[in-house]
Amino acid sequence: MFYREVGDFKTSYAADQAIFPIRQDRWFMAILLVVAFVVVPFGVNDYWANAILVPFLVYSLAVIGLNILTGYCGQVSLGTGGFMAVGAYATYKLTTAFPELNFVVVLLMSGFITAGVGVLFGLPSLRIKGFYLAVATLAAQFFLIWLFNKVGWFYNYNATGQITMPTRELFGIAVTGAGTSPVVKYLFCLTIVALFAWVAKNLVRGRFGRTWMAIRDMDIAAELIGVRPLFAKLSAFAVSSFYVGLAGALHFSVWFGAIEVTEAYSINVSFLVLFMVIIGGLGSILGSFLGAAFLVLMPILLKNFMTEGLGMLAVTAKHTEILLMGVLIIFFLIVEPHGFARLWQIAKEKLRLWPFPY
Amino acid sequence: MKPPDEPMVGQGESLLAVDNVSLAFGGVKAINDISFDIRRGEIRAIIGPNGAGKTSMLNVINGFYHPQEGQITFKGRTRSKMKPYEAASQGIARTFQNVALFRGMTTLDNIMSGRTLKMRSHFFFHLFHAGPARSEELENRQFVEHIIDFLEIEHIRKTPVGRLPYGLQKRVELGRALAMEPELLLLDEPMAGMNLEEKEDMSRFVIDVNQQFGTTIALIEHDMGVVMDLSDRVVVLDYGKKIADDVPDIVQKDQDVIDAYLGVPHD
Ligand SMILES: Nc1ncnc2c1ncn2[C@@H]1O[C@H](COP(=O)(O)OP(=O)(O)OP(=O)(O)O)[C@@H](O)[C@H]1O
Ligand SMILES: [Mg+2]
Repeated sequence: MFYREVGDFKTSYAADQAIFPIRQDRWFMAILLVVAFVVVPFGVNDYWANAILVPFLVYSLAVIGLNILTGYCGQVSLGTGGFMAVGAYATYKLTTAFPELNFVVVLLMSGFITAGVGVLFGLPSLRIKGFYLAVATLAAQFFLIWLFNKVGWFYNYNATGQITMPTRELFGIAVTGAGTSPVVKYLFCLTIVALFAWVAKNLVRGRFGRTWMAIRDMDIAAELIGVRPLFAKLSAFAVSSFYVGLAGALHFSVWFGAIEVTEAYSINVSFLVLFMVIIGGLGSILGSFLGAAFLVLMPILLKNFMTEGLGMLAVTAKHTEILLMGVLIIFFLIVEPHGFARLWQIAKEKLRLWPFPY
Repeated sequence: MKPPDEPMVGQGESLLAVDNVSLAFGGVKAINDISFDIRRGEIRAIIGPNGAGKTSMLNVINGFYHPQEGQITFKGRTRSKMKPYEAASQGIARTFQNVALFRGMTTLDNIMSGRTLKMRSHFFFHLFHAGPARSEELENRQFVEHIIDFLEIEHIRKTPVGRLPYGLQKRVELGRALAMEPELLLLDEPMAGMNLEEKEDMSRFVIDVNQQFGTTIALIEHDMGVVMDLSDRVVVLDYGKKIADDVPDIVQKDQDVIDAYLGVPHD
């Protein structure tokens, strides 16, 4: 009986509506945050920051974004890569045009710009659903990548067609650019992701979350209780795209530093983020983190195991890794289609009864 | 609660009037030149054999279908085309013949969602779950808890409705409609598929809603016993036409109604 609700009586609706109504959950969250902000930075080196932690954080943000749209509001999107590109290019254009502009402001503006673009491409969702909507967002994906490749204005007409992030500082410390310390990269991303995960949780547990879920579960009945489908869907597209855009902005500016659009934001990225959403659990903020962690860590573990443990060639290992990831995803979808978030819930239910399962 | 410019409709006066409404799907005339009214405060039953056009009538009233002919007057206002969410904001709530709940959401969230139109706080405050967003959530939670008490569904508050048995789902759906504080409540076969005990519970809720909250109710129901017990007036439809409209005792003895229910062939 380590984990229980019993004895943890809520005396008010306010307590029952708190973000983590159960005491153990609150403790768990507090400890997690302390570890993430205070303990982990001591162990962060270049490899950990660039290969594991920053990718995990950036993808978590994108996954939360797509989860709001797909998991909460039920609108499928295959345009995540394209929208991340919008965030990245917005950051590039803003920060090169206005070098003095505070970098946090640049990031937020990139998010808002992506939100606007998201709303525009979300318009078809008012008329079409499911598979057809997925195809429409796929068109957005290809159009956006084509646009950023084709129109020189977006990459400031430079010869390579790539975009490169200049050094930007916050409080005199470099957060982007070649000389940025891995700890700073990690802490910067962590702060943003923690903050926006909290905001996302606030949104989904209130009126807006219910409106989105109502549209997802039964749009006819949603209209009947006064939900305007136009507003509900477009607000989901806006919020979702903001998150995805912000993720793209961090992906470009903090993580990569330089980007070639067709590679960095291809349709593969859209699928990767979608897999993360599904494996983590549709309609769960916690699941978004679990899904991102799984698909960031798994390939690395597999690769290390195959090259170092089994002595495979790097190329063979890469191919085997792709194959194994595919198998794992399919296996997972069959065994637990509701993702890690559901497994976590089942584990909690078991713990509640443990050690007396009757 | 009502905006001042709204025409007042007193007790016993017509709250909703349906005038010469016709609705066709391709060749099928689902509703054929029907007129009737619903008075404020009454329980108005709509009965008729399968396919008579009862559900279609409700769909016209709350804006899902747009009739080809005729007009609808609600609270003294005649309207042309209206969207379902506009009907909702004017005070019309509804339950469905086949439960239409939000299956992935809990009982509590389903009923809370019925409060959507009562909640106005700005998006900005929702980002932080603070200020008006928070207090509004609490006030409405309190209101919803009253409904949960009233419908005796405290024990399933946190259960996703997809996991509930049918009878309870119908109750939650009623709860969601009640959360809207409607002036006109449309119930499409609220007791279909229920056992006797569940039917008795549901009948009690319908009467209580009508008497305690003063909600006007339009009720589609196949169980004649229920209709005779609950309703103040009955309108009978058959093949899209109105064949009777009166108090239960008279409707019950009407020869056309008896024929329709016994399936006497039409001439
Ligand atoms: N969306 C639709 N498209 C085509 N025909 C429809 C549609 N909705 C209803 N109808 C037809 O209209 C007629 C009336 O149907 P309606 O559902 O209103 O009947 P009902 O009185 O509610 O019957 P029941 O007791 O079986 O629920 C039927 O012939 C039905 O097939
Ligand atoms: Mg019907």
